Amino acid sequence: MSILNKHPQRDSAATEAIGGEELLVTGGHTFSTLTDKVSGIVETPAPPKWYLLFAMAVSGMMVLLGAIGWLAWEGTGIWGLNNPVGWGWAIVNFVFWVGIGHAGTLISAILFLLRQQWRTAINRFAEAMTIFAVITALVFPGIHVGRIWLAYYMFPIPNQMLIWPNFRSPLLWDIFAVGTYFTVSTLFWYVGLIPDLATLRDRATKVRKKVLGFFALGWRGGNRQWQHYEKAYLMLAGLATPLVLSVHSVVATDFATSMVPGWHTTIFPPYFVAGAVFSGFGMVMTLAIIARKIYGLEDIITVNHLEKMNKIILVTGSMVGYAYMTEFFIAWYSGNEFEVFAFINRALGPYAWAYWIMFTCNVITPQIFWFKKLRRSIPVMFVASIFVNIGMWFERFVITVTSLSRDFLPSSWDYYSPSIWDILTFVGSFGLFFTFFLLFLRFLPMVALSEVKGVLPEADPHNYPHDGGAK
Amino acid sequence: MSQTLGALARFANPAELIEAAKKIRDAGYKSFDCHSPFPIHGMDDAMGLKRSPLGYIVGGMTLAGATIGMGLQYWVAAVEYPLVISGKPFFSWQAFVIVTFALFVLFGAFGAVFGMFHLNRLPRLHHPVFYSDKFAKVTDDAFYVSIESDDEQFDDQKIQEFLSSIGGTDVELVAGE
Repeated sequence: MSILNKHPQRDSAATEAIGGEELLVTGGHTFSTLTDKVSGIVETPAPPKWYLLFAMAVSGMMVLLGAIGWLAWEGTGIWGLNNPVGWGWAIVNFVFWVGIGHAGTLISAILFLLRQQWRTAINRFAEAMTIFAVITALVFPGIHVGRIWLAYYMFPIPNQMLIWPNFRSPLLWDIFAVGTYFTVSTLFWYVGLIPDLATLRDRATKVRKKVLGFFALGWRGGNRQWQHYEKAYLMLAGLATPLVLSVHSVVATDFATSMVPGWHTTIFPPYFVAGAVFSGFGMVMTLAIIARKIYGLEDIITVNHLEKMNKIILVTGSMVGYAYMTEFFIAWYSGNEFEVFAFINRALGPYAWAYWIMFTCNVITPQIFWFKKLRRSIPVMFVASIFVNIGMWFERFVITVTSLSRDFLPSSWDYYSPSIWDILTFVGSFGLFFTFFLLFLRFLPMVALSEVKGVLPEADPHNYPHDGGAK
Repeated sequence: MSQTLGALARFANPAELIEAAKKIRDAGYKSFDCHSPFPIHGMDDAMGLKRSPLGYIVGGMTLAGATIGMGLQYWVAAVEYPLVISGKPFFSWQAFVIVTFALFVLFGAFGAVFGMFHLNRLPRLHHPVFYSDKFAKVTDDAFYVSIESDDEQFDDQKIQEFLSSIGGTDVELVAGE
């Protein structure tokens, strides 16, 4: 007997409620059609657009590798760094990518603990984005001193010089925080993938079945397994929640524990976390809009999902805007002339153009999402999400460069401009990110099938007649 | 030599699977499992399962991680390579809290994932249920009960009648080596 007969509501309008809850998946999907839809993407040849994008991404990655190669050969002199501005685009790009990497774990951990079931449509996708963004971010600490063969100095490992790193330094905290974040995000992602890999395994044959079977670890969907699995998922969410809040706080301490005016502020950790979530959701939005269109996932990632993400963008964007204004207030209220100067210089000095790009993109753009019509308009949100990405890159540029270029003594001031190698390294980092991301879309299920099935009304035993559904 | 390893029966939906689990539990079977494409709310009670002990594993691992984290930093900063930095004491523990926390989370996450693998006996690439072709649907949209032949009450004939009597369809015995 078809389940649809027991739920006449399923045949009516897509957003019709069952028991007061709105449907997360539209289009009258059953368990089986969901499996076909999502598995089909990786089982059939990729669309031509995929090959085009992949070629572009790999070209970008080659540009990055070339730029790193030239850096290793020649040194950081190829960048636009100068005497006061010793931290340029390398740190800007690092913070930019780590920030983007915050949405995935927020969606998978925090929204899980808050029982936001809409997360199931986008969590796999956002977690993958997180992992690849963090990989891209980790390139920059590795190369930023130009001597990439000495990257092992960052780790507390016994070495020929008999020296150890300084654990009081936020830069070392960063290694541990971001390294842990990467590892935990990857574990979280893989645990989520296991049941879906088993689904793919059971549809595959021959070599493909063996490979998928290996990675599915022999998952058989028994409740004796689900019991521990769900507990592990809950535990990971509980551990990842404080972690995701701590990572960008630690990144913020790289700046905040220094003496430079414009960096030495206690607001940095929470403000960085809000900015990170903001930029991460911006990137998830950009990618989700493209992917749902190309792969026809409009029933699974619905406009309702996108609207909810836009609300988070509105909230976090407003928090970021509030932080910008608080910084100015505190600079004035502190009475410290260097601090006051640093902020007036940001808004009105030689980098005013960057400041106002940042302010427009981050503070003004998200305010359009107060309007429901704009919140549900795909073209509007796509453009807005691009603005968010641009604005958040500029935020890191403004913080890093304006503070360093004019610190205490006017005699040591200088204006910073990037060189072509800075630009190529940054552009190339997108190539690295998209290479990973496109491979993910091609070979792994981009929607967490077992979780999406679990939020269908049919998955809840209480939605059946009380005789146990006996025929 | 081929021998019976267990029995499978299919049920129509999550609610029927829960009812079946209760009946199998009440009939005294111990070595059985209920397979579904997603976790079903209320199934642990229906099957009479005890709480997962995973929390203890994770708890132990987090404490180990925190201890190792603080211990490593103490040893580096106060024993092996003591340097005065910013006039702070060698063992300036406040500055070490962040790395300690990172290792607390890291070890806890390893405990959660690998502890779960251990409790689930994964990876186990082969299992008798995979002898059944129909069973492959369980990762798509099918709901199955499996009873393994090492259960004390297991009997080739009776088990099939029992599974049919509680509403199971596609009842089959799984045989293999």
